[in-house]
Amino acid sequence: MTLQQLFALSPILIVGLTVVTVMLTIAIKRHHKWTATISMAGLSLALVPLWVHCWLPGSSAFTLPQTVTPLLRIENYACFYMAMILIAALATTTLSRRYMEGYQGNREELYLLLLLSTLGGLVLVASCHFASFFIGLELLSVPMYGMAAYLVKERRSLEAGMKYLVLSAVASAFIVFGMALVYSQTGTLMFSEIGASVANVADDERVVMILGGAMLLIGIGFKLSLAPFHLWAPDVYEGAPAPVTSFLATASKIAVFALLLRYFVEARAYQYGVLVNILSVLAILSIIIGNVLALQQQDLKRLLAYSSIAHFGYMLVALIASGALAVEAIGIYLLTYAVTTLAAFGVITLMSSPYKHHDAEILFDYRGLFWKHPYLAAILTLALLSLAGIPLTAGFIGKFYVLGAGVDKRLWMLLAAVVLGSAVGLYYYLRAMVQLYLRQRWVAPFSAPSDWARGAGGGMLILLTLLMLALGVYPGPFIMLVQAAGLGGK
Amino acid sequence: MMLLWLLLAPLIGGLLCWQLERFGTKLVRWVAVGTMLIVLALTVELWLSGDYSLALLGSAGDAAGRWTVQFSVPWIPRLGVRFGLGLDGLSLLLIGLTALLGLIAVACSWREITRHVGFFHLNLMWTLGGVIGVFLAIDLFLFFIFWEVMLVPMFFLIALWGHNIPGGNGRIYAATKFFIFTQASGLVMLVAILALVFVHSQATGILTFSYSALLHTPMTARTEFWIMLGFFVAFAVKLPVVPLHSWLPDAHSQAPTAGSVVLAGVLLKTAAYGLLRFLLPLFPHASAVFAPIAMWLGVFGIVYGAVCAFGQNDIKRLVAYTSISHMGFILVGVYAGTQLALQGVMIQILAHGISSGALFILCGELYERLHTHDLRKMGGLWARFSYLPPIALFFTLASLGLPGLGNFLGEFLILLGTFNGHPSVTVVATGGLILSAVYSLILMQRAFQGKPSGGNDLQDLNPREIATLGTLMAFLIWLGLYPQPILDVSRASMQALQTRYAPGGVETRGSPGVREAP
Repeated sequence: MTLQQLFALSPILIVGLTVVTVMLTIAIKRHHKWTATISMAGLSLALVPLWVHCWLPGSSAFTLPQTVTPLLRIENYACFYMAMILIAALATTTLSRRYMEGYQGNREELYLLLLLSTLGGLVLVASCHFASFFIGLELLSVPMYGMAAYLVKERRSLEAGMKYLVLSAVASAFIVFGMALVYSQTGTLMFSEIGASVANVADDERVVMILGGAMLLIGIGFKLSLAPFHLWAPDVYEGAPAPVTSFLATASKIAVFALLLRYFVEARAYQYGVLVNILSVLAILSIIIGNVLALQQQDLKRLLAYSSIAHFGYMLVALIASGALAVEAIGIYLLTYAVTTLAAFGVITLMSSPYKHHDAEILFDYRGLFWKHPYLAAILTLALLSLAGIPLTAGFIGKFYVLGAGVDKRLWMLLAAVVLGSAVGLYYYLRAMVQLYLRQRWVAPFSAPSDWARGAGGGMLILLTLLMLALGVYPGPFIMLVQAAGLGGK
Repeated sequence: MMLLWLLLAPLIGGLLCWQLERFGTKLVRWVAVGTMLIVLALTVELWLSGDYSLALLGSAGDAAGRWTVQFSVPWIPRLGVRFGLGLDGLSLLLIGLTALLGLIAVACSWREITRHVGFFHLNLMWTLGGVIGVFLAIDLFLFFIFWEVMLVPMFFLIALWGHNIPGGNGRIYAATKFFIFTQASGLVMLVAILALVFVHSQATGILTFSYSALLHTPMTARTEFWIMLGFFVAFAVKLPVVPLHSWLPDAHSQAPTAGSVVLAGVLLKTAAYGLLRFLLPLFPHASAVFAPIAMWLGVFGIVYGAVCAFGQNDIKRLVAYTSISHMGFILVGVYAGTQLALQGVMIQILAHGISSGALFILCGELYERLHTHDLRKMGGLWARFSYLPPIALFFTLASLGLPGLGNFLGEFLILLGTFNGHPSVTVVATGGLILSAVYSLILMQRAFQGKPSGGNDLQDLNPREIATLGTLMAFLIWLGLYPQPILDVSRASMQALQTRYAPGGVETRGSPGVREAP
């Protein structure tokens, strides 16, 4: 392994080292603040090589792309998504620190699990081989079972953990089976070689390839909670502690989608009409089911779960469009989605604490928030507007790109679904938003502390908000970043 | 730079209003008044200093023309988006209307709004800022952004300060309906904008959202028609054209007075502006094909709005339906496309903005005193006020098209300009004028005449209210008696539009006809 490869691999290595360090410090002495601080430091440190690469491209220490063993391929694309996952993990860590302070049981292992899961995500976005794909996916999901069920004494948290465990295991089984079928026809596990040997597969054997591809899609559909594989999402979102939900909704889904996009492009899955048709059906179903079921939700976390189903439906539209513009569109959309979702869950986290019986999640809990905490409510308003795709917020740029990718390839049916879905979606975003401004309740069971902005979590939330606005108002630099992170060799 | 200030003034003023609330509500209101006065002053300055004999569209569809004032900086280079603002006669007049009605809207909520005054004015100012942005944007991306962004503060205006009138579905329902209708149709327009931009970039290799570049997009007739339809849907919802109008009466009946004034006076006009600025020039051929359908839709709207208005018991719903009827005239005039009709549209936009705004203010003033919008609970009000009824009579007569007032001139020019090309449309639309007399008079009769149902205990208009309404009366009379300055400002834009929309068409007498018309 050359030095350059080592340097390219450094984000993964640093996070791995942090895992070990955190484990050891917990073994030596339990200390919540230290554990959290070490985790934050490790995650920030892992970001450094990515920054270096971003600011000093072509510096001798860090030349990309690097293929480290046949399993991992680290190029701009992987770096971009690694940075996104690391930032999401960092946000989750800072938010958890405040949230967990009130928890009575062992608080420290949450960070360990979070770091492990992050490590899995990093491996996943860099993988170009079925083996690393599977390792990364499992490393991403398995710690998540523990995180979802972290508040074991809460019935709903436990239920969320169990549900996620069972369904995730089933999904993994599908994925392994799909891999086996694809392997049986191509004789290779490398994405690019699969793509190259597609042409050699005889017509009557294509059925097996397509079946394999479909099984992979089912598994990934579970992980991304695409309809009709979405049934776990609302319950898990609702039951898991708020910071964990935010990690699940962002880092884990981003990693899986980035992998899907890479597989789609490198293994040339877009050449199979049948698969593209299946994807179209999944996209339309996700958009419809996500938006329609969100309409009557009284629970903000469930609402966000359904809304995320719809958002991944929109992203599938860009995926189906395929091509350079689509890769860019997905990058932008994932970025805006991550920032927005983290901000929304950030507000929920600041409002809640495991002291209480459950998180502040019923819409009614947020009634009149604006008149008490105007800035916190403004942040949530912005996040909801951004999810709804209103201009000058991040979400609009994402939606704009998706529509652009669709128009470019003339996918009128899918575009109609996006437009209709967004129109329906407005209803529940507005319904949630207007609650913040109605007259305040007499007794508010939940309230953020008045100094919410001071801690690390509050600071992170403000940063996310600024990012959300910057993305919406002046997206130029971000677009350049995403453009640089395109998938080469197409 | 001046244009940028025109845009920034309401945005900054709004923020000031919000933050200054801690020093008392009086200050907030005066800051809002000051902001609108600044915008008004800027507009007047632009009017006096600018040369409005230029038009971007040029004479024969070439790019010879230019904007009177322009401001443009790159914004998102990757997408070819520029932050481009441009002003010509058409935008200038509409911005003037916005500033005037903004001022009036602040004045008429002086006593009505008592809760969260700072936040209210933030929303009001930002709505107006968004509208001004729509009138200034010359980059389609920017235009779309303003088009959507102005909805958010308007949503809050209705949802938070609206009335929950008995029998209605509530103000949040109305606000949400308004938002969903306009936003969904806006997305259709966004798809159309993108399609237009991609067609342009495929033909020329340049990715741009610039209005003047997109004017020369080569398109097949079929493509042009479909893209045109995407734009039309958005404008038709906002105007509103009849099958898509159902959000308007709900929004109006629940909105606070200032909300109604801005909604009827300015927001609806953004759709008319969109038709004039974007739809006709960008898609002249498809529009010509589509014109008969659009005009008959307009005629249907005229009659339907009038008939519905006649049947209303809620006074604000009644006025809302009259808006639908009057907007039908605008739709007819726009698609007639002759110089006369287009100038008529201009006058009608201004006159209707003022007269409907005034009627909504009167509704608000009645509500403050009687606490109802229900016509069945009114009656005999003439005896109980001394100033309010005659003023109401004035604006009702304006709305029914009394000669000498602005609305008459607008409708008359539109009908005159339409007659040559489309006599049957004109004949039926003229019938709508009779219907408007019917609903206007029934409004007066039900509200003000008959037996007084209470004593002489109602407070009459105070000086602020009289001044507000008096200003509007003066403008309407000016529009009706001496519209020449206005027509001069908008002539170049309209002429250019007409030559582009109907090159060598059936028209016409041109500008001399306009001079004689009053």
